[in-house]
Amino acid sequence: MSLLGAPEVTEDGEFIINIGPQHPSTHGVLHLKVWLDGEMIKKVQPHLGYIHRSIEKMSESLSYRNFIFATSRMDYLSAHINNEACALTVEKGLQIEAPPRAQVIRIIMAELTRLSSHQLWWGCTGLDLGAVSPFFFAFREREAIMEIMEETCGARLTQNYMVPGGVMYDIHPNFQNRVKTVLKQIKENFKEYDQLLTGNVIFEGRTKGVGYLSPEDAISYGCTGPTARGSGVSCDIRKWFPYDGYEKVQFEEILGTGGDCYSRYMVRMAEMKQSVYIIEQLIDNIPEGDFQAKTKNVIKLPKGEFYQRVETARGELGVYIVSDGAASPYRIKYRSPNFSNLSALEHMATGAKIGDLVAIMATIDLVIPDVDR
Amino acid sequence: MFLKDYIGTVYKSSKSLLKGMKLTGYYFSHPKKILTEEYPDNRATLKMADRFRGEVVMPHDENNEHRCTGCQACEIACPNGTIKIITKQELQPDGKKKKAIDTFVYHLELCTMCNLCVVACPSDAIAMAQTFEHSVYDKKQLKKTLNKPGSKIMEGVE
Repeated sequence: MSLLGAPEVTEDGEFIINIGPQHPSTHGVLHLKVWLDGEMIKKVQPHLGYIHRSIEKMSESLSYRNFIFATSRMDYLSAHINNEACALTVEKGLQIEAPPRAQVIRIIMAELTRLSSHQLWWGCTGLDLGAVSPFFFAFREREAIMEIMEETCGARLTQNYMVPGGVMYDIHPNFQNRVKTVLKQIKENFKEYDQLLTGNVIFEGRTKGVGYLSPEDAISYGCTGPTARGSGVSCDIRKWFPYDGYEKVQFEEILGTGGDCYSRYMVRMAEMKQSVYIIEQLIDNIPEGDFQAKTKNVIKLPKGEFYQRVETARGELGVYIVSDGAASPYRIKYRSPNFSNLSALEHMATGAKIGDLVAIMATIDLVIPDVDR
Repeated sequence: MFLKDYIGTVYKSSKSLLKGMKLTGYYFSHPKKILTEEYPDNRATLKMADRFRGEVVMPHDENNEHRCTGCQACEIACPNGTIKIITKQELQPDGKKKKAIDTFVYHLELCTMCNLCVVACPSDAIAMAQTFEHSVYDKKQLKKTLNKPGSKIMEGVE
């Protein structure tokens, strides 16, 4: 924007407008600079850094037990899975493995997180595309999952339940019963989801054929998660590089065919059902035993480099730790899914209309703190 | 043919819209199915989960005794520098000097409720309370001293 408030105009007569809230206290602080020819998008440039908190640098001064809590603030909707990734990396360095009980608890928690994250996404997608009711329907089940988290982990969103060697404390006595009740409710309510949004003519009109991403482009932009699987790229880390005993549970990797917004939508809807299926297999079979492996008070990793990848609700999260043998990491790098998924935005949105940009943004399912870290 | 397609599309579209409207209409006419929590009106009955992490507290018994030895394990475990323990040397009855806490300073404004301090404590001196309404008008009020005035360490806690 120029000083007078009139939009900037380039030599070719293209308008340049800025989209997005830019105050650090608002949520989803992404600034998109959009070059427009009438209603057609010529170019999109995401401007990052409004919510950068230097989590990677901060972690260098924290011990291996302490740095995990900060990753809950990266992708806050899959906080559990972020914590799990860090815990797994430290375990890799220590060459220990979490006990079977801890592994099963971790998977159940991770899938509950995935469910709640996808439910929030479903509600927000409806909200972005002009439907207000889905948001309330999605929050009904999400609230039930949050209450389970609150009871067992002690917090709703930033749980910090995963520690190197297992989980912080054992599950709450009510945990199994509550999860079963919630799953039953969720399975019934999937029908309502489809009734409300999936078959809706306006929704289909706004998502079908919009924001096409070919499988080749998805790979070359480094897209992962449902964004890439919507284009038919098989990239589920749980299948390809199983961790924490995912090789023992049965589930399907959902692949879309269209590559458009609707395909990404359908992939996430089907993934929710898979998450329910995974939890159902495990909830009655939590093995007895320790919930935490014994670790030293001060954890020191041997000299070397450790990398662990996990599948969050949005794609592949990689944690890379370089250790020089001290009690805190020498360097930490997070390969976050949202950053790579955002890079495909320009490719998808160029040539689309400005209303489609909202649909594309909604189905990439961005969490901005994960982009900036 | 064109007209037939057109009417077909209109029929299908209206059907899909009405299908969604039916659901919202159902919940509109069944107010008992709505699950709104009426906070803050339900304050009297609202009970947080036992493990809910609201703030760090130091439990004292009826003799105004706590279990904190001043070992500073929580201070080291805290990622944010929330806890500052000021220790003093206390004269024991047998003439020996022993380390004891003078003030246990807790900065609620810096705390992320990660529970690492409670896990690190070797003598169960601190715990998480379920209170969550922490808003105040002055930031200074969030700096708390957890040990009560005149309190001393419980017998037998090393």
